[in-house]
Amino acid sequence: MKINNHLIVTMGAALMLVSCGQQNQSSNGALSSSAAEKVYVAPGEQDEFYAFLSGGYSGNLTVYGLPSGRMFKEIPVFSQFPTSGYGYSEETKPMLNTSHGFVPWDDAHHPDISQTNGELDGRWIFINGNNTPRIARINLSTFETEEIIEVPNSAGNHSSSFITENTEYVVAGTRFSVPIPQRDMPINEYKSNFKGSLSFISVDPEHGHMDLKFQLLMPGFNYDLSHPGRGKSHGWFFFTTYNTEEAHTLQEVNASQNDKDFIAAVNWKKIEEYVNNGGGTKMPANYAHNLYDEGTHTATTTMNKEVLTVDPLKVPGAVYFLPTPKSPHGCDVDPTGQYIIGNGKLSADLTVHSFDKMIAAIEGEKFDGEAYGIPILKFEDVLAGQVKSGGLGPLHTEFDGNGNAYTTFFISSEVVKWKLGTWEVIDRKPTYYSVGHLMIPGGNSRKPFGKYVVAMNKITKDRYLPTGPEMEHSAQIYDISGDKMELIYDFPTHGEPHYAAGIPAEILAPKSQKIYRLDENKHPYAVKTPTDAKVVRDGNEVHIYMSTIRSHFTPDNIEGVKVGDKVYFHITNHEQDFDVPHGFAMIGQNTSELLVMPGQTKTSVWEPKQVGVWPFYCTDFCSALHQEMQGYVRVSPANSNIALKWSLGE
Amino acid sequence: MKKASLLMIIGPLFLLGLYVFPLWNIMLGAPQYPDPLGLNIHINGLKGVNEFDIQNIDGLNHYIGMHTLPKPEDMWEFGTFPMIIGFMVALGVLIGLLGYLNKISYKWFLGWFVLMSVLGILGMYDFNEWLVDYGTNLDPNAIMKLTNPDGTPMTYKPPLLGHVKMLNFDVTSMPSTGGWLMFIGMMLTLTAGFMGWQKTKKQ
Repeated sequence: MKINNHLIVTMGAALMLVSCGQQNQSSNGALSSSAAEKVYVAPGEQDEFYAFLSGGYSGNLTVYGLPSGRMFKEIPVFSQFPTSGYGYSEETKPMLNTSHGFVPWDDAHHPDISQTNGELDGRWIFINGNNTPRIARINLSTFETEEIIEVPNSAGNHSSSFITENTEYVVAGTRFSVPIPQRDMPINEYKSNFKGSLSFISVDPEHGHMDLKFQLLMPGFNYDLSHPGRGKSHGWFFFTTYNTEEAHTLQEVNASQNDKDFIAAVNWKKIEEYVNNGGGTKMPANYAHNLYDEGTHTATTTMNKEVLTVDPLKVPGAVYFLPTPKSPHGCDVDPTGQYIIGNGKLSADLTVHSFDKMIAAIEGEKFDGEAYGIPILKFEDVLAGQVKSGGLGPLHTEFDGNGNAYTTFFISSEVVKWKLGTWEVIDRKPTYYSVGHLMIPGGNSRKPFGKYVVAMNKITKDRYLPTGPEMEHSAQIYDISGDKMELIYDFPTHGEPHYAAGIPAEILAPKSQKIYRLDENKHPYAVKTPTDAKVVRDGNEVHIYMSTIRSHFTPDNIEGVKVGDKVYFHITNHEQDFDVPHGFAMIGQNTSELLVMPGQTKTSVWEPKQVGVWPFYCTDFCSALHQEMQGYVRVSPANSNIALKWSLGE
Repeated sequence: MKKASLLMIIGPLFLLGLYVFPLWNIMLGAPQYPDPLGLNIHINGLKGVNEFDIQNIDGLNHYIGMHTLPKPEDMWEFGTFPMIIGFMVALGVLIGLLGYLNKISYKWFLGWFVLMSVLGILGMYDFNEWLVDYGTNLDPNAIMKLTNPDGTPMTYKPPLLGHVKMLNFDVTSMPSTGGWLMFIGMMLTLTAGFMGWQKTKKQ
């Protein structure tokens, strides 16, 4: 009798499974077990791809694995990061200097991996700070931020940081137009007085160092997103614009009046030639260039005082406007470089421009008027096709390298797969919820790795266990190896990922650095052997040259420090073993801890305010005797004359 | 006798590999060392398999009171072994040449082999003595003083040959490239001696 009951229950369950499958109308039955197999990376196994998701308002960059969705690291970029001491240590504070002083935060949006011949080369990843305009370069063997350059004459550095096919330039466009140069003037005189700057920052092919080569001063529109031409369109850059109305208030309404805004097509090769031949106007400016030296483990800030500006009208044939409906947001170029896709965020359709037609229209001088002297091409002459998707609020498009494009729709919360050339919709899948960007590894290069697409959503609601009013955003992974997309995983992300960049693990993993070599440490306060450890007084500054190795600090007893001193702990980690950092924290310190990697030197400042014997300790569980890794500093009254003394094991 | 003599000339030359390749190798793997630490024993000193392995082995061993690994100047063997090997190579080649010129008999070939074997066994004995000292002569103030179930202090002598589980480490000790080359070279001289004997028997 019991057995029969079991049978009935089992059969009932089986029937439900069958009916579910039918409801989903899924091509391959989409049993949840097969999705689980696709994302399951067994313990000890590793992921197929790295995914770098921007942190949005966290100011940082997070590193995930695909298809597992496991987070590996948060790379501090524009925000102070107490976990490692980034932006707190004396060495890294200069990274966050700007013309506005020390800015400990930013809004990080669009990461882009360096390319050679239009293919990912995995040397560096760039990302923009949107709020106080900056571009950062992160080394992809140390996964550390190495350089941050401020972008002058920009505000809301949003159509950034996208790189050209050989990483010649990282490009940064302004979302807000502003008075250039900045000056005191009535806001309502915006129209025709404000300007939008598009900055071309050259990247040194050897060491990646950035230099603001020239700034194109464009009409006062909002430059929203951009992407480089590639292949046949290499040498061009495309920017979407909105607010061609040049509204300065209630933009929500006033910037949504024109039926069509523009995609600005910029022939940067032509402008580069103009500039190389002495063209352009030097304008006084003030912007920070922060560079971290891996040898000294120290960043320095240089304030640059000049920027080369270019008036687009002075370079004939350099800039054209392509009319594009409905305040286009995403601006994406397919792997062949032929199609430029503008996603009119207030429309249901996608507009696809043809590069060949654009060139033909320019050669035929088929203009439809001009805007501030810049020729406007005729919409019909450059249009390749329109994707009638039936979705609402198209934002961004990526490509799989097999002739398909994938576009996110914010309002209708879905990813739509369509075919380049025929413009037919092949598939659509819901996202959870209100998707912004999506990412296919290499999906904005000549060679995408079209296996997964990651959709990054703005709204989470009920996807995970509730955690009060504030929740992490959600992302979904779809398998796109078949005709139909298949939702295989859902995971929370840190901060607000806008765009992301993915790359096969086999390109990055083998060159990931394990340690810094102690014998190459050029930090002026480094100690190479424990016998060099010392304490030096210079007025009221006390410099402690300290070394660490499992499981002690050298020295660990220090006397002769006085109230009112400024004590610098310069800590060199003598380990030369993979994954053995040591931490450092001092009681009552008005700053963060330090996490010092093997072979590295970092400095932390402590200003003791009270007499006593104060302990410090290692914050990273480094060994079986980690708890014993500790020491004392004796702090005497300001007027005492206790001599400096330091020791270990005495 | 010509062929045998040629073998007798070539065989000792294989020992020259010891100047380049390690004689012996000891690998130490543990859960937190998925890429094991490794020690290559050359005739003129110890080297890490990876650059910082010696420093890291010493770092780990200080917990249990083991002395740091010896530098070349700390052990007379690292100065003497290269000379002995050099002498044996020269001697072997000379014997082979004299055999080729029919100046001496195959018995010299076997004599070289026996001498080399004796030296090898003495070397192994000496090496084992060092391993015993390295694994048992512990700092009385060691951070961790472990005892066996019977109450005797635990010691950490790496195996001369083969695998031993030592605390959290799997320790494997095996001849390495230089050692194998020496073995091949010695076998060639043994073969030379055998061939010489066969030839003499026929005559």
